[in-house]
Amino acid sequence: MASIDIQSIRKSFGAFPVLHGVDLTIRDGEFIVLVGPSGCGKSTLLRMIAGLEDVTSGDIRIDGKRVNDLAPKDRDIAMVFQSYALYPHMSVADNMSYSLRLRRSTKEKIASAVGGAAAKLGLEPLLERRPKALSGGQRQRVAMGRAIVRQPKAFLFDEPLSNLDARLREQMRAEIKKLHGDLRATSIYVTHDQIEAMTLADRIVAMHGGIVQQVGSPLELYDRPANLFVAGFIGSPGMNFFEGRYLVSGDHADLRLPNGTTMPVRKRDGVESGSAATLGIRPEHVILADNGALEAKVDLIEPTGFGIIMHVTIHGIPMKIFSQDRRMLKPGPTIRVDLPQDKLHLFESDGKRVD
Amino acid sequence: MRTSKLLLTVAHRLAILAYIVVALFPLFWLLKVSVTPNDLLYSEGVRMWPSRATFEHYTFVIAHSAFPTFFKNSLIVAGSTAVAVTILASLAGYAMSRFNFRAKYWIVALLLITQMFPLVMLVAPIFKMLSPLGLTNSLTGLVIVYTAFNVPFATFLMQSFFDGIPKDLEEAAMIDGATQFVAFRQIILPLTLPGIAATLGFVFTAAWSELLFALMLISGNDAATFPVGLLTFVSKFSVDFGQMMAAGILALIPACLFFLLIQRYLVQGLTAGAVKG
Repeated sequence: MASIDIQSIRKSFGAFPVLHGVDLTIRDGEFIVLVGPSGCGKSTLLRMIAGLEDVTSGDIRIDGKRVNDLAPKDRDIAMVFQSYALYPHMSVADNMSYSLRLRRSTKEKIASAVGGAAAKLGLEPLLERRPKALSGGQRQRVAMGRAIVRQPKAFLFDEPLSNLDARLREQMRAEIKKLHGDLRATSIYVTHDQIEAMTLADRIVAMHGGIVQQVGSPLELYDRPANLFVAGFIGSPGMNFFEGRYLVSGDHADLRLPNGTTMPVRKRDGVESGSAATLGIRPEHVILADNGALEAKVDLIEPTGFGIIMHVTIHGIPMKIFSQDRRMLKPGPTIRVDLPQDKLHLFESDGKRVD
Repeated sequence: MRTSKLLLTVAHRLAILAYIVVALFPLFWLLKVSVTPNDLLYSEGVRMWPSRATFEHYTFVIAHSAFPTFFKNSLIVAGSTAVAVTILASLAGYAMSRFNFRAKYWIVALLLITQMFPLVMLVAPIFKMLSPLGLTNSLTGLVIVYTAFNVPFATFLMQSFFDGIPKDLEEAAMIDGATQFVAFRQIILPLTLPGIAATLGFVFTAAWSELLFALMLISGNDAATFPVGLLTFVSKFSVDFGQMMAAGILALIPACLFFLLIQRYLVQGLTAGAVKG
């Protein structure tokens, strides 16, 4: 097990920059999730840690040792690929033992390592099968088994669950978390699924456009998103935004919408009165109240069973509300809502959060 | 509805049957003439099968002609060429498929250009080049020329097979502890067996039946391959059709055996199960 230290890493493909200086320190045994939309550079970063992509500039250290110029095989890491990348001409047991055979481990050691990993993942009855005779979930499990037999310094996961159906993904997600609890291995996990990020991570690294947007625990990102991107990316359904101007009068402040209506907000230091700002609130934090301050026109109702997602329009701005109140399955043409002050997020014109 | 579907199936099968008849009829004729005794060849007119069949042409070709030598020479030349080309083309095709290097574009263009010239144009210069090296009238010379002419196409063929194998597989192997070459040998090559079989088969048959260079670079029977040897059955005043056809049938046997051997790899999709698909 090892810590991983990433210092001002940049990556360009030709003249096209993909990562603009990433700094990240991953502690021994930590589960880090890199999350972001496609093309944000998260997979490239992972592949650079694995040694599959060259580093344009900056340093990567594993366990204190600079690995920039080390071949993947000398970095002592294991990786689970999105496509599983099982060797089709080898049995499950041979797939799992390939790394140990390359290292000329003894037969007894290989047998006990494969046996141990197979037992952990419930693969014992499948050891003699070829990958093509396995289901998607089983292949996924073999790919994990192949990673854990070797007890590497770190595990890298490249969207390992995105080829599975929803039910299986949920199940494997829990298994990965349980496995990490058992092994306490340093892990870096790449996904575009914010639910996977929230449920698995010790710390989430939210990325966008080759830049790290925020690093923090899942609840930090949920409760105090550092900028508009993180606010919109974390949480489902996504946060609602109102763009307008932040106006201070005396000791209270308002956000004035383009149509002239104002919404009261808590007064913040360091924001100039009259500057452009964006107000955000999560759908689950909007309060439905018969005497609410705002009138919302109901456009659409999406029942999910667990709750109801209501698409409404407030002051001409579309927004979503999440409610568990079943009476809202058949609301009137308009409802009244309140936006509680302590749940409002304010972002400056450059997207940064203001507290 | 059902009858029209049935009719379509019948028409489909008939079309295939017609094609097979047209394609295989010359082979049948080869066989028929090879077992027709000389005295019946011209006297019976056009018949599908002679009234009396004989193997005398076969025994003559095997026992009394230089055909066994031709046959051996052809096996050596075609076999060596197939193996040499496949090894070179696998390595070159892998490089084309996986590596980005300077001048890659120009190398591909050069490979393509070599395929553009009619071979006749090149016979004289190649003779000029091989003669001082002592490579005319030798099987080695033939193997070298055939290899040179087959490598470009075989490289493209192998490249397309390598392109079909997901890059994830060798990356996984490299993370598991393999060098790129070990990953190539232990993971990628076994998965390319169908491609290797196809390349072997393609090059083997091309070298097996090549006439132009064999005719121009080889004189005398000692180093002649069988397509050249077939011409010895044509003399100034007559053509010995029976023996020629018998030799032709015998020459088909190794090619058939070869394809029987490799067809398992040709039809098998070995990569099934590697990645989700």
